[in-house]
Amino acid sequence: MTTLQLILKRLGAAALTLLLVSMIVFTISSLLPGDAASETLGQSATPEAVAALRAQLGLNEPAPARYLHWLGSLFTGDPGRSMSSDLPVRTLIASRLPKSLFLAGLTALIATPIALALGVAAAMRKDSTLDRGLSLLTLSMVAAPEFLVATLGVLLFAVKLRWLPSITLIPEHPSALDLLRAYALPVATLAFGVIAQMARMTRAALIDQLQQPYAEMATLKGLSRPRVVLVHALPNAAGPVANAIALSLSYLLGGAIIVETIFNYPGIASLMVDAVTSRDMPLLQACAMIFCAAYLALVLIADVCAILSNPRLRQA
Amino acid sequence: MSEIASPPAPDAAAVARTARRRRWRGLPLSARAAAAVVVFWVLVALLGPMFAPHPVGAIVADDVFEGFSLRSPLGSDYLGRDVLSRMLSGARYTVGLSLAAALLASTTGGALALTAAVSRRWVDELMSRLMDAFISIPSKVLALVMVAAFGSSIPLLLLIAAVTYTPGAFRIGRSIAVGLGQMDYVQVARARGEGRLHIACREILPNMVRPLLADFGLRFVFVVLLLSGLSFLGLGVQPPHADLGSLVRENTSGLGDGALAVVLPAVAIATLTISVNLLIDGLGGPRSRGKDRG
Repeated sequence: MTTLQLILKRLGAAALTLLLVSMIVFTISSLLPGDAASETLGQSATPEAVAALRAQLGLNEPAPARYLHWLGSLFTGDPGRSMSSDLPVRTLIASRLPKSLFLAGLTALIATPIALALGVAAAMRKDSTLDRGLSLLTLSMVAAPEFLVATLGVLLFAVKLRWLPSITLIPEHPSALDLLRAYALPVATLAFGVIAQMARMTRAALIDQLQQPYAEMATLKGLSRPRVVLVHALPNAAGPVANAIALSLSYLLGGAIIVETIFNYPGIASLMVDAVTSRDMPLLQACAMIFCAAYLALVLIADVCAILSNPRLRQA
Repeated sequence: MSEIASPPAPDAAAVARTARRRRWRGLPLSARAAAAVVVFWVLVALLGPMFAPHPVGAIVADDVFEGFSLRSPLGSDYLGRDVLSRMLSGARYTVGLSLAAALLASTTGGALALTAAVSRRWVDELMSRLMDAFISIPSKVLALVMVAAFGSSIPLLLLIAAVTYTPGAFRIGRSIAVGLGQMDYVQVARARGEGRLHIACREILPNMVRPLLADFGLRFVFVVLLLSGLSFLGLGVQPPHADLGSLVRENTSGLGDGALAVVLPAVAIATLTISVNLLIDGLGGPRSRGKDRG
């Protein structure tokens, strides 16, 4: 099987998984105890009004028909109207998604080099004090809740030092300094967990390479440790490391939910939390699907990196 | 085993005790400290509320967001209630709910994994596909969708957290069970003509328990983070009940004053999750605490 076929196969599997995911999301969110129509109209609604809205929302159709209808509307990019704001879901998402992508992209851009440096440093001096210290640190960072990091960050930089605002307010025509001040805390909070995870996975990928015979050979030849790691092992670890980067970036998805809410950042994760609070199902379903698609895309990229870098997988 | 049985046989209990002590000494310092913190939190969850200086809901301070004082050792919250008393009770919710949910997730996931491993090919395939789809939903997203659909009463939160982390336990459990199913002694049992039930419960299950226990520790960390995150968003434990995450949320207005009431519960959660993580790592549990947090 060629590399291309293998990648296409993974792509197909991801699409199939996304379809299953859409079924799960739809099933859970339409198991609503009350129904959407009476929920929207409130308790004082007349039965006639509820019946009319039910018909309008298509709630009288059987569940599979509704699912297909919903799936079709997702594909055409128009998943209905938000129930709480009465705007089209696509309008809401279109205004929020770019902001979230910017936040995530910026975080990835900053987190990746730091994490790689930490991971390489730890691998280079495996079992040294530095390595053990870093391991302890990253292990703790992975398990620290985002809201603690955000809270402490706000306390230190916004309350005590007064360097940064405690919520993200972006003025109409921001200067570079405005942007820096606005994004510093949300990006730092998000990057915290991502860096820890990525550094751990990078270290593991590199050490895996260093245990190969060729790395041992290079060491026995008398090469210095930095040379063995950077010149011999690192290029071969490119695939696993790229895989690690893509997988660690999925931390951004969960982190964004907390971070956007804390800093009042107008992104898609805070939109989703609002949708949960107001039980706005069409909006929630669409947001949830975007998160799932983003996650699957990252896993797919990780897979493809692993395939491209591993000749043995190519022939498998 | 042969060392234990060898001639001047000291009694088995003493040997076991020595082995346990040696194992404890072999742990890195960080893991031993972490174990102490975990024990502390378990004790707090069990007995803490007995030592609360004030009733949980009582307004005892003259002012909101007070600092340390003799009456309120950890200060007062946004209504002037005692922070220590509220944290002792909140810890019980956080630890209790998370333990129950993690236990439910691990046992359900393990049982399903065992079933998949000894079932026909298509049953295994079907279950694995479905679970993989569940794993592809970031856990916070899955939990949020369920909270929106079902609500967030305490029993529901327990179920939601358990459902969210069952697929992860299934995946780990299945890979262990399938691995064990290929061992010679299981093949021999199959050749003997033992039934699926016997193979699952008598041959595979006993060897699955230990690795699943380490995974259970990780599930617990995930659940604590998920539930306190939900409570922090106002979508988890609802008033009048409060877990540690709710305490952080209800006191955020004190952040501008650097109030203890908002920092301490957040720090408490972190000490719990970090210690469990360090302890599992020290015990040499599964290395990849990867993607499940999403």
